[in-house]
Amino acid sequence: MTDMIRAEGLVKSYGKVKALRGLDLVVPEGTVLALLGPNGAGKTTAVKLLATLQKPDAGRAEVAGVDVVGDPDGVRARIGLSGQYAAVDEQLTGFENLEMVGRLYGLGRAASRRRATELLDRFDLAEAGSRPSKTYSGGMRRRLDLAGALVAAPPVLILDEPTTGLDVRSRQQMWDVIRELVGSGATLLLTTQYLEEADRLADDIVVIDHGTAIARGTADELKAQTGGERVEVVLADTSRRPEALRLLGEVAIGEVRDSDNGRGLVAPVDGGTRSLSRVLQAFEAAGLELLDVGLRRPTLDDVFLTLTGHTSDDDEATTGATGARTGRKTGKDENARASR
Amino acid sequence: MSTVTSTGSSTPTPPRRGGPARAASDGWVVAKRNLIKIKRVPEVLVFVLISPIMFVLLFAYVFGGAIDPGGDVPYREFLIGGIFAQTVVFGATFTGAGIAEDMQKGIIDRFRSLPMSPSAVLVGRTASDVVYNVLSLIIMALTGLVVGWRAREGVIDMLAGFLLLLVFAYAISWVMAWVGLLVPSVEVINNASFIVIFPLTFVSNAFVPLESFSSGLRVFVEWNPVSALTQASRELFGNIDPSVPAPDVWSLQHPALYTLLWVVLILAVFVPLSVRQYGRASSK
Repeated sequence: MTDMIRAEGLVKSYGKVKALRGLDLVVPEGTVLALLGPNGAGKTTAVKLLATLQKPDAGRAEVAGVDVVGDPDGVRARIGLSGQYAAVDEQLTGFENLEMVGRLYGLGRAASRRRATELLDRFDLAEAGSRPSKTYSGGMRRRLDLAGALVAAPPVLILDEPTTGLDVRSRQQMWDVIRELVGSGATLLLTTQYLEEADRLADDIVVIDHGTAIARGTADELKAQTGGERVEVVLADTSRRPEALRLLGEVAIGEVRDSDNGRGLVAPVDGGTRSLSRVLQAFEAAGLELLDVGLRRPTLDDVFLTLTGHTSDDDEATTGATGARTGRKTGKDENARASR
Repeated sequence: MSTVTSTGSSTPTPPRRGGPARAASDGWVVAKRNLIKIKRVPEVLVFVLISPIMFVLLFAYVFGGAIDPGGDVPYREFLIGGIFAQTVVFGATFTGAGIAEDMQKGIIDRFRSLPMSPSAVLVGRTASDVVYNVLSLIIMALTGLVVGWRAREGVIDMLAGFLLLLVFAYAISWVMAWVGLLVPSVEVINNASFIVIFPLTFVSNAFVPLESFSSGLRVFVEWNPVSALTQASRELFGNIDPSVPAPDVWSLQHPALYTLLWVVLILAVFVPLSVRQYGRASSK
């Protein structure tokens, strides 16, 4: 399998602000890499360098085997970029937007029109296709923007925060669309500040903070890296608690304690589902009835907290709740945070 | 929603861009986009066209009696050439505003991620803005006719006069395109451009005769390309009393040639400058 995106030691500063401090990325063909981090982590800067919008101060990057600095046109012909805020022309209709992009990819008039119709159809925008895109909802604009990235069927897609600012339903729709794209074999680099999004869409995750990768791996690997796997049980008969403590102690790798809500017991384990089934067998054999039992793995939020010492929410208290946040706003936040 | 595939049924590999042919065809695509916007937001056009009418009437009736340009030609007629020049130069602000808006809204990022000609966005924008200038010249000419302006040298000279105005305006458009790429927002562009455009148009012979300037300013006025443009259009429209000799400076003795030299100079500097700036431009 070849690597469709390969970046080594990317460095980029804006004045005194170091947006990237040596970022390495590898995205094998047909896989999805999520660049996960809070605002100001350097995600958008990485996208701009890979999409040839800006040149790195140091380091190098290849997209589809083409050097981003040496042959930016070659890269542009092989990527589709969908930005942080939908870069569609509000006065143009959905069809006109896509047709224009097709023409600018050099597809020719007939092919551009055919492709525009095809994509509007596929993105559930056929009816809205003849309306100026300023009449679209936020979700529709994002879909149109994403359609724009697909016009020339590029082998590499770069999606910069494709669901930031969307409501829950629109986000779900975008995820469906992106999953289908991935299913059809596209190579995708995705930036996101949503842990859930990375977990759902990506094969690999690179956690980025202050311009460098602070962790990488699959969602499961990242969770494992923080450790903290545990079995939680809730007893039907609390008078048998000492017995339960003893049984759990045989499986646990650390101290068994009360759960946060006080109704159950928590045992740190390291055997995953094997630990869980050992607990179940032991309780079964002892005739201890359980109301609830589960293997709890740390969420990506836990991962983030462990890795960075702050939760990803610190910088985005309001994100995701409404569609009111615009890309502009996000951009400003990013600058503000990067300059700290 | 039906299946989304990245690979379209019949999508050819995009050809690599290259040369002026691609710049022209990409530029045309961009220009067409800008023209569609005129259709969608006609309000903009209305304001663009009302201001020249206002200027013609304002100067004709407010200053019309107060200023005597000398010779047998009435001020109104003298004035129209100046208003033509001033309006087309002002019109260039529009180019800068359009570019700044595209920057602000992130469209430039999309354009720059496409394998299109690096000059197409600028070529397209400056080209579509010629349409605005053609329209405002027509409106001004008609308003001028109403208040007594006439083109007295025949159709060929008249068309040459209009052409010269358009060509000069096109060159200034490139200056403003460059400014549009530099400023952080659309709001800034108007103020930024006025710093350039006000002295150019008002410290010229567009509204008052050369003789009325003090000797220091007068040198500037004499060599100001807007003065030459105004002088040339007055001559081509026959709005200057032939018995009054042209001022004794080379720039105003050969106003059309001098204007064209400026056009060449401005384009030679600002086309490459703007294209280079476009290559670095990106919304922050």
